[in-house]
Amino acid sequence: MSAVVEQDPQLMVVNPPLVQGSRDLHDLTDQISSVIEAKVYETPLKYWITLACTGSIVLLLGAMLTYLVNTGIGVWGNNKPIGWAWDITNFVFWIGIGHAGTLISAILFLFRQKWRTSINRSAEAMTLFAVMCAGIFPLFHTGRPWRAFYWLFPIPNTDLNIWQNFRSPLIWDVFAVSTYFTVSLLFWFTGLVPDLATLRDRATSKVRQVVFGILSLGWRGSARHWRHYEQAYLILAGISTPLVLSVHSVVSFDFATSVIPGWHTTIFPPYFVAGAIFSGFACVMTLLLIARWLLNLQNLITIKHLDNMNKIILVTGSVVGYAYCTEFFIAWYSGDIYERFTFLNRAFGPYWWAAWSMYTCNVFIPQLYWFRKMRTNLWVMFIISITTNIGMWFERFVIIATSLTRDFLPSSWGYYSPTWVDICTFIGTIGLFLTLFLLFARFLPMIAMSEVKGVASIEKHSFAGQVEGSPSHR
Amino acid sequence: MSQTSDPAILIAQIKDKLGIGDDKVYAVMGEFSEPEDLVEAGRRIREMGYTKIDAMTPFPVHGIDEAIGIPYSKIGWIVICGALAGITTAQVLIYYVGAIDYPLIIGGKPLFDFTYSIPPTFELAVLFSAITTFMCTWALSGLPRLYHPSMNYRSAHRASDDRFLLVVEADDPKFDAQKTAQDMRSVGANDVEVVEG
Repeated sequence: MSAVVEQDPQLMVVNPPLVQGSRDLHDLTDQISSVIEAKVYETPLKYWITLACTGSIVLLLGAMLTYLVNTGIGVWGNNKPIGWAWDITNFVFWIGIGHAGTLISAILFLFRQKWRTSINRSAEAMTLFAVMCAGIFPLFHTGRPWRAFYWLFPIPNTDLNIWQNFRSPLIWDVFAVSTYFTVSLLFWFTGLVPDLATLRDRATSKVRQVVFGILSLGWRGSARHWRHYEQAYLILAGISTPLVLSVHSVVSFDFATSVIPGWHTTIFPPYFVAGAIFSGFACVMTLLLIARWLLNLQNLITIKHLDNMNKIILVTGSVVGYAYCTEFFIAWYSGDIYERFTFLNRAFGPYWWAAWSMYTCNVFIPQLYWFRKMRTNLWVMFIISITTNIGMWFERFVIIATSLTRDFLPSSWGYYSPTWVDICTFIGTIGLFLTLFLLFARFLPMIAMSEVKGVASIEKHSFAGQVEGSPSHR
Repeated sequence: MSQTSDPAILIAQIKDKLGIGDDKVYAVMGEFSEPEDLVEAGRRIREMGYTKIDAMTPFPVHGIDEAIGIPYSKIGWIVICGALAGITTAQVLIYYVGAIDYPLIIGGKPLFDFTYSIPPTFELAVLFSAITTFMCTWALSGLPRLYHPSMNYRSAHRASDDRFLLVVEADDPKFDAQKTAQDMRSVGANDVEVVEG
């Protein structure tokens, strides 16, 4: 099973190593753990200032939700005919963001893409936090979130004495999203265990020893552990892959199974999934660029990683652009006057500014990524990652608001504008998301040590042009 | 017993002081700095006739399972049972809720039909499989546990960092502390130690 692998120096330019700088396994452990083990004053001040800012925004979210629960959901701007507005827009937006995490951790794992190891942990964490933010909106939209459990889940109760209607896509959504969160959490934690064991073994203070000792479940890296672990990881990746595709498909059913023009289309499931991956990758990009800068991880999150992600953004962005064209074509080709009107109204009606922001941000701007110079420029990718998310937020808003403002009867036409509570709640969830991510980046290993070591160990041989013994320690 | 890097070891030390710890030998352990050397040494140790061999590594080293004779994980078969349980639960739940306990007539649609029950059924199959996978990973590995005798080895903490450890356990019929330690050195292990626990 041995083969001589010689790295052509010219290939180094095209295919640079995934782990740069520190070659030694111990250096890798040190570098990744040092972020977590640093004393308060050793963590860069820029980190604490950023955390303070995002933490304040979380307080804003708390205030808005308290106000909503105390007053009633009338403080939000949704009303007849726009019964779904910012809350569902934000819900779909956040769920979509989460999808990139699962794509990176599960689908790229099945495709044996080694470059995922530096970014999968943080992408999975991002999934969890995004789904938490998403959950806030439908939960608080019920008005009485403390009773929502009986309304959402089939739990026998004396509160209502009725059951859910399983013919409704809304209950499918409850199953899809709660399963998605649980599976992502289990997947994430499974991946964390070997790294928690590393932290346990390095711990010097009693508190750390106890906390990491319990969290790592007594993991000792035995070959008997790894064989189950690897099999389990493969199974979790295997079931997460159809799961992630199902989640946004089911979210799109909320719209597609209705009879509203602009929603009632069969293209919705694949179109939503592509959009979700598109926005999710952009969000991973934003977060990684920030974390890379705040915590100095340039040698682990290399330009090659970012370049690969930008290519996926280009592909999914173009798929989304294709879906927009198809929607317009089918609206014309169907001959349905309501469908035609909806799409003309989308582009040239009262929400024309939202629609054109969406086309610009999602379809036109990412085309810059055809050029390698653009894909490897940090400023360009930071700006595009943000415009992409703005565009994808507008996409959900455009789909929801334009179809609802124009009902079949002109007497039921309306216009929606958000209230200050809508705006502050959405900003609040962004704060919650960033705060959770920053806490994660500081207190848990943001880079999967055991996986990066596997990659570094292979690269050590291939890049040194030595004999590679066993070709695949993952 | 001088390491204090884990609460579990502290417990062992307390047991030791109270005289309730068992002093029996757990294994002979040695370390390697390259995964390939570990695999090669594991193969040679097994060829010497040892059967209770284990390895401790910071990442999964492929080839080690065959080298030291660890069978393939059967976790997949258990997960299939989990998935089937999920499918059954969902179908029974949706049928009972919609067609028996609370029939709602909406637009003349059937009270139960497998087409509209597919999305929740799929989700529950995934959920049950994931939970089964998660539980089985730890249960089959004998985890969670707070203490393991291998933690008494002086370089045990490096198995999660940058060292690859080879273990020959004392319940091996061929085990003899002196002889086994010699065998371990002969296959190139560093820092060979008879570990008590």
